[in-house]
Formats: sequence, C-alpha cells, structure tokens
Amino acid sequence: MSRIHDMGGRFGDGPVMPDFGHEAVFKKKWHARALAVTVASGFLGQWNLDESRHSRENLSPADYSKFSYYEKWISALADMLVAKGLVSVEELQSLQGERGSDSLCERVLRAEKVASGLSKGGPTLRYTSITQLYMTGDPVKTRLAENRSLSGGHTRLPNYASQKVGTIVGSHGSHIFPDAHAHGAGEAPEPLYTVAFKASTLWEHPENPCDLVMLDLWQSYLEPL
Amino acid sequence: MPHDSNDHTHAHSVLPSDPALRVNALETLLMRKGLIDLNALDAIIDTYQNKIGPQNGAMVVARAWSDSAFCNSLFSDTTKTVADLGFYGRQGEHIVALQNTDKIHNIVVCTLCSCYPWPLLGIPPTWYKSDAYRARAVREPRKVLAEFGVALLNDTSVRVWDSTAELRYLVIPQRPEGTEGWSELQLAELVTRDSMIGTGFPKDAQ
Repeated sequence: MSRIHDMGGRFGDGPVMPDFGHEAVFKKKWHARALAVTVASGFLGQWNLDESRHSRENLSPADYSKFSYYEKWISALADMLVAKGLVSVEELQSLQGERGSDSLCERVLRAEKVASGLSKGGPTLRYTSITQLYMTGDPVKTRLAENRSLSGGHTRLPNYASQKVGTIVGSHGSHIFPDAHAHGAGEAPEPLYTVAFKASTLWEHPENPCDLVMLDLWQSYLEPL
Repeated sequence: MPHDSNDHTHAHSVLPSDPALRVNALETLLMRKGLIDLNALDAIIDTYQNKIGPQNGAMVVARAWSDSAFCNSLFSDTTKTVADLGFYGRQGEHIVALQNTDKIHNIVVCTLCSCYPWPLLGIPPTWYKSDAYRARAVREPRKVLAEFGVALLNDTSVRVWDSTAELRYLVIPQRPEGTEGWSELQLAELVTRDSMIGTGFPKDAQ
C-alpha cells in the first residue's frame, strides 16, 4: 500500500486548469515566503531532499488533500523542524525560543551565499562498483511498490507501476537511493534506469495502447523477467 | 518490520491554520532562534521571481533549433551542454532533453510530488502541481493535452515521462514552419513554457 501522494492514474479528479503562461510566479506573497523559508531551512543541513519529500508524504491524507502546494511545504517543514529537534512544539505554539546552537547558527544561509548555494545544487550521481544488472532492451518486472526495509517508508516506485512489465530504455549510472536516504540509512547508491511501460500494461482502458509511460527506477525496484 | 515512526507527529497542527499566518509564524520563530536570515529569504525570492524562469529553457530550445552542433551536444550530454550556458543548480542537477517529432510527442509530469527542471523553467505553475495533472497525465495524456488545446494524430505516439528520480526533463518542441533565417532571439520568443513541458506547442511564426 502506498500513501496519499502517490496519485498517478487515480480516477475522479477534474479537468486540468492551464494558465498558458499567464500566472504570476508566486500567486500570493505568502507562497514566496513559504518557498524561501523552506529552501533556506534546508541549508541548515539537518535533512536531505528525500527526508523532506517523505515529510510531505507523511502529512495525514486529510491534510494532504486539503492543503495547497505551499501549505504542504510549510506544514511538513514544521513537522521536520520538530522531528529533528531544531524547534519544540512549545516553541511552535509560543513563537518564542532560545537561540539555536552556535554550530547550527553558523550554517544559516546568508544573502550573499544564496546565488552560489542555489546554483550548486545537490547532484545524486555516485560512482560505485555495483554491477549494472540490466541492459537497454532488457524486459524487467517491477516489484511491489513499497519500501522494503520500513513499513510505510519512502519509495519512488509509484503504485500504478507496481508489479508491471516494462523495458529498459536507458541507464544513468548509480544514484542515491531514496528508500534508504529518507530514513537515515545513508546514500546507498544503486544503478538507475529509465524503464518504458506500454499504456496497455498499466491501464485496463488505455487511451492508445501504443503510448508509453517512462519511469526512472532504481535497480532494486526491478526483477529480471 | 520497523514502522515509520513519524506517522503520528503532526506538530504543524499547533500553528495557525491560515496559511499566510502559518508561514509568518514559522518565519518569526526561526528568525528569533537565529536559524534564518531574512535578507537571504528576499534573495531566494528575487532569484525565482526575476532571474530563473522559462526564458532560460527557451534560449536552449532556440539554440538547438538553429545550431546543429549544439543540438547534437544537447542530446548527447544535456546536463553539461545547458550548464555551459549557465543553467545548472537546484532541481536541475541531471537534465535530459527529449525531442518531439511528427511521430513522438513527449510530455513531462511528476506523479509523486512536483519535480520540475527549475534552472530551465523556474518554479512550476499551479496546474503542474495540481492533483488533476499528477493523477491524469499518466493515464489519459491525450485528454489532458486536449484541455491545453493540443490535438495529436492517432499515429503520433505519446511518451509520458514521470519524474520519479532526480533526472529532470526538458522537451525540445519542433521548430515552427516559416522561421528559416530567424535569429536565436526571435526563435526564443516563440518557445512557450508549456511547449517545453509537452503540454503545448511553440507559437506560430507571424
């Protein structure tokens, strides 16, 4: 079973509402603040991208459905600040708190470091000696779309592609493995592939059986066929 | 089997429910604790408001249309090729270019969150982050495309790219007819954001 965020293929959502490029980058002032507070807090170095994704996925299904995009961000940020011990629930309530430790405050992102910090990024490619088991053209089957080590843990194998047959169409070297990295189990890099699935293998009623859905999947999500 | 222990710690519920007040509360507390610098927040907002946006991707597409050596390089090592133009960074560490043709139409989504090539396209629009797009683009891309006014021939194959890892995709749309001899700057004017996501076409040459 997966979580509420894993919505690919779900029925019941209405039409998409295009903006044709006319929407402001930040529709409301607080959207911009929410993005900036979240990005800046990340520079404290107390969590990685996979942990922050998992924190959003961990919102209750009711909150996740109700919250807009940036509400998810700031609510998950609050949860993560508490879970990592940077802020207490009492401080969240009172909005008063002692100054953080010197080692933490030294990491605070300063304005003059924003450009270099954002342009540096966080590449996930890692050089490993792990054998790449699959080649382009190989048929593969995905395993069950759940975190293997932790019940309810983070994974990037969507439910709609669970236990489905596809074909390897590309390989990208080894990348940090989110299922481990989101849970303090290190980077555990693994070979990453692009796998093509025919629409007809994913959906009972495909729009066009020849259409393809392409997913980037780690080696341990796959089994040989 | 251990269970995810964060499931029952929803500390955010003590914050104000109004989202603007909620952000303000967090910002205030983090500032009081010395954990954020307000000038840095302004600089982050300025970056995504004014410096990084679809004009970056449009420059890449326009050059790919007009410079065949660049185009070859773009498809053999996209990340390096766009980084050489200065487009690299957060949410754009590993970029892959996808070529649209008469026979193949590529469209990009992230069903699990809202992954998007920030250094090339900026912050994603609301519809890209919406449940409707995330849920439907993989199952019924042609209906979704029709909602954008994009009609495809039946013998055009749709390839939907679900951004499940840290690879970020940039669609290179087909060059509009009647643009022979145009400069890169003129061509870039025709490249819409949606044409680089796959939910639109470039503007017609007028």
